[in-house]
Amino acid sequence: MSSYQLDYLEQLESESIHIFREVAGQFERPALLFSGGKDSITLVHLALKAFRPGKFPFPLVHIDTGHNFPEALQFRDALAEKIGEKLIVRKVEDTIKAKHLTEPKGKFASRNQLQTFTLLDTIEEFEFDACIGGARRDEEKARAKERIFSIRDEFGQWNPKLQRPEIWDTYNGKIHKGENVRVFPISNWTELDIWNYIKRENIELPSVYFSHERKVLEYQNQLIAVSPFIQIDEGDSVVTRKVRYRTVGDMTCTAAVASEAYTIDDIIGEIIATKTSERGETRIDDRFSEAAMEDRKKNGYF
Amino acid sequence: MDLLRFLTAGSVDDGKSTLIGRLLYDSKNILIDQLDAIERSSKARNDGSVDLALLTDGLRAEREQGITIDVAYKYFSTPKRKFIIADTPGHIQYTRNMVTGASNADLIIILVDARNGVAEQTRRHSLIASLLNIPHVVVAINKMDLVGYSETVYQEIVADYEKVSAALNLSNVQYIPISALDGDNIVDVSEKMHWYRGPALLEFLENVEVEDHINHTHARFPVQYVIRPQTEELHDYRGYAGKIESGVYKKGDKVKIFPSGAEATIKAIEVSNKEVKEAFAPQSAVIHLEEDVDISRGDTIVKIDEALQVSQDVDAIVCWMDEKPLTVGRKYFLQHNSSVVPAVVKEIKYRLNVNKLEKEYDVDAAVLNEVVEVRLKTASALAYDSYNFLRENGGAILIDQTSLVTVGAVLLQ
Repeated sequence: MSSYQLDYLEQLESESIHIFREVAGQFERPALLFSGGKDSITLVHLALKAFRPGKFPFPLVHIDTGHNFPEALQFRDALAEKIGEKLIVRKVEDTIKAKHLTEPKGKFASRNQLQTFTLLDTIEEFEFDACIGGARRDEEKARAKERIFSIRDEFGQWNPKLQRPEIWDTYNGKIHKGENVRVFPISNWTELDIWNYIKRENIELPSVYFSHERKVLEYQNQLIAVSPFIQIDEGDSVVTRKVRYRTVGDMTCTAAVASEAYTIDDIIGEIIATKTSERGETRIDDRFSEAAMEDRKKNGYF
Repeated sequence: MDLLRFLTAGSVDDGKSTLIGRLLYDSKNILIDQLDAIERSSKARNDGSVDLALLTDGLRAEREQGITIDVAYKYFSTPKRKFIIADTPGHIQYTRNMVTGASNADLIIILVDARNGVAEQTRRHSLIASLLNIPHVVVAINKMDLVGYSETVYQEIVADYEKVSAALNLSNVQYIPISALDGDNIVDVSEKMHWYRGPALLEFLENVEVEDHINHTHARFPVQYVIRPQTEELHDYRGYAGKIESGVYKKGDKVKIFPSGAEATIKAIEVSNKEVKEAFAPQSAVIHLEEDVDISRGDTIVKIDEALQVSQDVDAIVCWMDEKPLTVGRKYFLQHNSSVVPAVVKEIKYRLNVNKLEKEYDVDAAVLNEVVEVRLKTASALAYDSYNFLRENGGAILIDQTSLVTVGAVLLQ
């Protein structure tokens, strides 16, 4: 055995940086989709490693549904300012007005589907040819199938049957005008890898990831934050609980987990002990059908 | 903790997805909600038993047809090791996706249905494993429950496969009789096959030596991107960013730039924004040179005493992956690390017959899933190594110039 060994986190980091630089080398107008969640914060951290002391060769772009956690939005703005990179925000609210879209109805009405319209409009507005995102293959079974360079047609559609072979670490980013590539530099990371890396690199996170007291609605074994965006009916059980978030999406469709984890070490301990997956525990939107994620992706969703 | 990347291969219905499901299930790497979901789906299909294949067959079309269409990547770990599994399709139509899963693997599990023995896909996948130099091969003889756990059946298949592995010069072949459906010899050693004295599959995967497959002798650094901040305080900063594909670079090393042939000295190396004295594969790094030489994306920085092959006439073995055949006279893009050059097929030297594992001559085209050796002429000189000498700098892809799709896996010779 040679002494030149990388541990698995260093291997994953190197692979991700390589992917970032391929994007910079191959595309004219890339963008980094940034929501202020732990995965996209990790992406920003990796991009700093890939391009500093130079500027990022792309802006940060957030598709804001209007239903985000305020803590995540504050963090988003503060981080963009701290690193001095450009942040573009486009609001689903504006798309709804401009295109007369119908808002979903119901108890936990989510704008998840509508987000796709704003994303595709934003891609068109700035002529983005590559959108870097923080999706991981361990999150969901349709995501487990996706390439690192994932081609989308001019309607933003993913065709899982016609994916390009991806051989060695040679990524083919050639596309026709109007198409774009979704690039996933942390495809091979798991939830636990992300947390171990956050710990090792001492990466700052929004406070919602750590245990705090919050008013939540207990609904079918899920804890949904009380916010103006959900409907509370008579007989619903609203309680104050100690919770944290494993994943931070919209307040309407992301559930909290009961937790006493105040530090990253505590969180890692809880994740190792858990018997439920990140999305299984916290995402309402994946439960609509067996192929919910695949169907959204086919229509242009991230 | 170290990392083992492996893939499963074999014919349709040999049980690849079931094997992975079983491996994850018996090693307690399936979470409750995922298990609930596959239990619900299994019931919806009017089948009493839990179908573990549903864990990896993540696409609607896959579940409908009960086959794997594209690679699914799964991640699990035991106290000994982390694993990345590529569950690849067996159907011949999707062989390109099998090559995708195979290109980064340290180990391949080739499943053989005990009732059918060595099949065409077994040979095809073994051939690809051999061409790509996958270091370890496990032949998992599955569905032993359907042949009465017969040692004779097992021994016959082993003897048949020995002929394949001899013809392909495969080394490090391990045979394990299993039942993926029932979990025999997957995580726990089976009670039903006392005649088998080897390890269960997981034990083997945990202990197989993944000695560093990366070459740390011959240094290759393809430049991906040039970092030039052009600010006042960093006026002279010019860093060549890339991933060290192989070898070690140290401050003060004399280097040569390919294909131009310019020479220079390493002034500084950065890894993760920190200056280091040396950097090694597979680190992503930034290299600074003393001299002001002209370098851009697509160039390769190599130690000065190393010789690359630099030529416009290139021989290559190609695994063809497109519906449109490869023909003599057609032009493609050849992407080799960070360089992309137009290339034309001058000649098809031979085709590898997958069943006989022999070369066939007088061939004028290669169709989907065929393997051929070709002579290419590139529009400008390519600086490369033979895949068998240094796989990190010997692999490339062919891209169709109009569809822009990746159509061939290229092993430079």
